Amino acid sequence: MVAQNVFFAILALLMIVSALKVVTTNNIVHAALWLVLVLAGVAGQFLLLGAEFVGVTQILVYIGAVIVLLLFGVMLTKASIGDEENINMPNRVLPAVIGTLMFAVMSYSIIDSYRGKELPKETVTNAAMVSDSIFSDYIIPFEAVSVLLLAALIGAVVIARKEVA
Amino acid sequence: MTIAQYLLLSSVLFCIGIYGVLARKNGVMVLMSIELILNAVNINLVAFSALTDNIAGEVFALFVIAIAAAEVGVGLAIVLLIFRNKKSVDLSEIDQMKG
Repeated sequence: MVAQNVFFAILALLMIVSALKVVTTNNIVHAALWLVLVLAGVAGQFLLLGAEFVGVTQILVYIGAVIVLLLFGVMLTKASIGDEENINMPNRVLPAVIGTLMFAVMSYSIIDSYRGKELPKETVTNAAMVSDSIFSDYIIPFEAVSVLLLAALIGAVVIARKEVA
Repeated sequence: MTIAQYLLLSSVLFCIGIYGVLARKNGVMVLMSIELILNAVNINLVAFSALTDNIAGEVFALFVIAIAAAEVGVGLAIVLLIFRNKKSVDLSEIDQMKG
């Protein structure tokens, strides 16, 4: 249990520092690379919680596909490789206040209702259990998600292609 | 490990994401902040799945990952279209609907 807490603390610190870097750095490419660290930390937390399949999917889909897509977006919108001016709103105090207030409210209610509630030990769920659940109880949502992905694919192509007369 | 430490971590990520959405002006940066928010939700889902020993949370985390991939695809297509029409992805310049 102690080792798990140590790993949790290391990963959590890494994730929070990287997430702050994502929203404060002035270099768009660096922000995407810091986001990789946050997403890898999330995958590590999933593995720590015994969710093997979700952790691996997180690495495959997020770090493998979403980050590449975001970097393509950075390149195609001709962002400069160095620091960029004019990517922040002029007033950043109000967003910071809103974020801090939301965190205060959420952390108060979380500590109030879940203080000291321990997670059960050794609850590893493997891919077979996840797939059994998806293909029995959640088959209709699964099919809906596959149709949604197809629709998003076609939609993205239709939106982004150049008009040909 | 307690459930509260995971919930607190995810609320920190969520609030950092909220700050990013509100404070950034570049379209791609706002999409990155949205990814932070969605990941915070996923941590919550998987943590509660471990707490209640119910696999539904993990299944829904997988659905959220799939929908995040679709969202970022369509979002980037919209940002590219805005860039092509206005030669910038500055979100504060997109105010044609303002009365």
